[in-house]
Amino acid sequence: MKEFSIVGKDVPRTDAEAKARGSALYTDDIRLPGTLHGRILRSPIAHGIIKNIDTSKALKLPGVKCVLTAEDTPKVKYGNWRLFPETQDEYPLAVDKVRFIGDEVAAVAAIDRDTAEEALDLIEVEYEELPAVFDVASSIAQGAPVIHEYCPSNISVNRKIKYGDIEKGFAESDYVREDTFKFQAISHAYLEPCSALAQVDLDGRITLWTSTQTPYIVQCLLASTLGMRENDIRIIKPYVGGGFGGKMELRTWEFCAALMAKKTGRPVKFTLDRQEEFLAGRRRHPMTIRSKVGFKKDGTLVSKDLRIQLDGGAYNAMGPTATFLCGNFGAMLYRYPNYRFLGEHIYTNKPPASAMRGFGAPQSLYASEVQMNIAAEELGIDPVDIRLKNAQVSGDKIPDVATISSCGFSESIQAVAEMSGWREKRKSLKPGQGIGIGCYSFISGGVFNWFNTQYPFSAAEVRVFSDGTAHLLTMASDIGQGSDTALKQILAEELGLRMEDIRLTTADTAMTPQGDLGTWGSRVTLMAGNAVIDAARKIKQQLFGAVSARFNLNVIHDIECKNGRVQATARHDYGMSFGDAVAMVQKANRGEPLVARGSYTPRGKGLVTPAFGFGAQIAEIEVDKETGLVKVKNMWTAHDCGTVINPRSVEGQLAGSIQMGLGYALSEQMIMDGGKTLSLDFADYKMPTAMDMPPSEVVHVDTFEPEGPMGAKETGEGLASPTAPAISEAVYHATGYRCKDLPITPEKILNATRDKAE
Amino acid sequence: MKHNIRIVVNGDEYCLAVDPWKTLNEVIREDLNLTGTKLGCGTGDCGACAVIVDGKAVSSCLTLAVSVDGKSIKTVEGLAPSGEELHPIQESFVETGAIQCGFCTSGMEMAAFHLLSNNPSPTDLEIRKGLSGHLCRCTGYNQIVEAISLAANKMQGCHCKKEES
Repeated sequence: MKEFSIVGKDVPRTDAEAKARGSALYTDDIRLPGTLHGRILRSPIAHGIIKNIDTSKALKLPGVKCVLTAEDTPKVKYGNWRLFPETQDEYPLAVDKVRFIGDEVAAVAAIDRDTAEEALDLIEVEYEELPAVFDVASSIAQGAPVIHEYCPSNISVNRKIKYGDIEKGFAESDYVREDTFKFQAISHAYLEPCSALAQVDLDGRITLWTSTQTPYIVQCLLASTLGMRENDIRIIKPYVGGGFGGKMELRTWEFCAALMAKKTGRPVKFTLDRQEEFLAGRRRHPMTIRSKVGFKKDGTLVSKDLRIQLDGGAYNAMGPTATFLCGNFGAMLYRYPNYRFLGEHIYTNKPPASAMRGFGAPQSLYASEVQMNIAAEELGIDPVDIRLKNAQVSGDKIPDVATISSCGFSESIQAVAEMSGWREKRKSLKPGQGIGIGCYSFISGGVFNWFNTQYPFSAAEVRVFSDGTAHLLTMASDIGQGSDTALKQILAEELGLRMEDIRLTTADTAMTPQGDLGTWGSRVTLMAGNAVIDAARKIKQQLFGAVSARFNLNVIHDIECKNGRVQATARHDYGMSFGDAVAMVQKANRGEPLVARGSYTPRGKGLVTPAFGFGAQIAEIEVDKETGLVKVKNMWTAHDCGTVINPRSVEGQLAGSIQMGLGYALSEQMIMDGGKTLSLDFADYKMPTAMDMPPSEVVHVDTFEPEGPMGAKETGEGLASPTAPAISEAVYHATGYRCKDLPITPEKILNATRDKAE
Repeated sequence: MKHNIRIVVNGDEYCLAVDPWKTLNEVIREDLNLTGTKLGCGTGDCGACAVIVDGKAVSSCLTLAVSVDGKSIKTVEGLAPSGEELHPIQESFVETGAIQCGFCTSGMEMAAFHLLSNNPSPTDLEIRKGLSGHLCRCTGYNQIVEAISLAANKMQGCHCKKEES
């Protein structure tokens, strides 16, 4: 494998010092003189018609400067799936109808937060309550209330995938089983509550600083909902305190801040509180998964029939993508010669679910992995062996789903089994102790252009200077995952410069090149990384030309950028410093600055993703017999993310995924009473703490992804999937309780083991 | 009616008139513009707002400003000894990759400061206990624990790895 000088090295994050000092500015930290503070009035009922809204008392409260209801807005629907306008089902403020508890009805801007809060109580809304539905079965039952007029069935999206002949496959199988799995909603629980600050420039342009993963999407949808042009909106993403998929759409407070800034002529800021985040915030989809699989006696997979119903809540949000991806992930990891998928996205009167780390994979793969474990046991095959037997390999093609160009899956399974002492522990652990395996595959960004962007998927501009430095401009959005650092590393590597030679401007729609679809689906390293390399190579062409001319080099000479120099690869004395080479190109072009644009849009890779990551994880646990409490004692992970760009960041992604997976498996759930979310603070929403984290060992399987920048592909999002099935299998190993409805609470374990004992 | 309070924050004295319902977090962030201290939940559960008041770590979101009249407060901005240098805790957070989105970082660093002030060489378990009132959604905590362990060594002028128990 190619030796890199900066890529793959332990380079500190470029934003770490500012964050360590507390000087990194997040949206709510930005101060503009005269700022008004906004608050949102939310629906107290799950489904109803808005008969009347009276804002007169609120407007009279001293200090209130603006009150908005839908009547004050252009009433334009929006949604991320612009390619299919009928799926755009949301208004910034409810028009005529509310569809969940927390739905946004009105907004107030006042001189301070307390006044705005007080004004909310003075807005009088008259509702006519309608029957509401809180689960998918009720929602699709005959005579169920219709949640959106355009969609009488309440099924807003369905997705089918089919290849081979499943019925024939089941007929040829020696062993067929069918299971139903249920999944709870969980919260992204990013630490930074959403915040947006808008200001109108002198010439009428709106600048919006916002805690988002997708500046370009917010720019476009804000423009369309305000009836303005895209170029009249400038989105700046400051530092963002985590997103995990929860900050990738236009949201009401962004719209209201912008419109209120326009109406009042003053900056307007909205910052949500944690209770609002839990009450009305996006969440991971609750799902019902029915999966039927057929195997040969020797463990070979023959057929799979997968039906998934997503409980989408009141609006589509990113649900359509999750619906598509569930079907794709259902066909991943193993070779299913015959496969059928039907996914349905169903409206209910609950807060909308949306994208969340894994995007359908944690649910879909939980079902696959648990069934794999059940089948292994019933066929008398070790769970590791049955996986190795069916594992996908490089070069595999799945119709409509994937072409796998690099795959270290089998290596991952073998590595993790070895490092955990799997075969020994499966036999020798005491009762109450268990060990289990779970695996994953994940995309490196999406191909299907649901946003219908007219721009490249990612773009970069590189400017180089005669002082030996470079400036990288890209709309790629670091929300904490470390992409700013990774992209800087990639550029430094490509140009032969040091990290400190690179300056960065990112995620500002007025300053950085169009386009970029944002941070989701593990797309940034691969897509923005490729755009950076594309731009850098155009710069290098020019620099190489200057060196070639200056030293009158034979055209067969290779030239390189290395160690701050541009030089003939075989004769370093035929070369000059990077800065001198830049100056020479500038001279040749009579002063023109040396700038290049690069871009990346996946081509010839199907409609799903340009590359897949893979991995396997093993969990060792102990269950307290008295309390049913699960203690995770050890985690081992082996994964294939292609070239590791920044080892510390990859380790951090892995550890963070384990934390989230641990919560998903054991403790996290949005507890609902009908349409009302009851878990409204971190005391009730049980997220793992430092005390809950097990020691963890990891191996990066050495692969090279031909489509990735310097061989890299996704990391960190796929890893959100294997933890829950690994823990689940370990709990089964320890107690005999097989969980098909997450989370695995002590109550469920005790009930199951007590039943067995009786 | 507003109350007059006198507080010392990071060595600087401030006389402020505050509403009786204002929290220390609001005073620090809004009146003093020290925005390194964050607000993650407002219910004292996440620890992002932690500051040191007279040597004790407190959740500034649950502390009324009037209750700290006459007291000395340290925020994340007061950790580094100078504009250029970092505090060993901050250095360690940078070096170990303990920072991702960074929103919990200042609270974590204040927790580390409080812990190491009272227990200069904590075990792994003591560090985890010291962080148990702090939530992080990005890092999975292990690199933060590593950072605090490294900081403990740095602050004792010893870079050798300590034995864990």
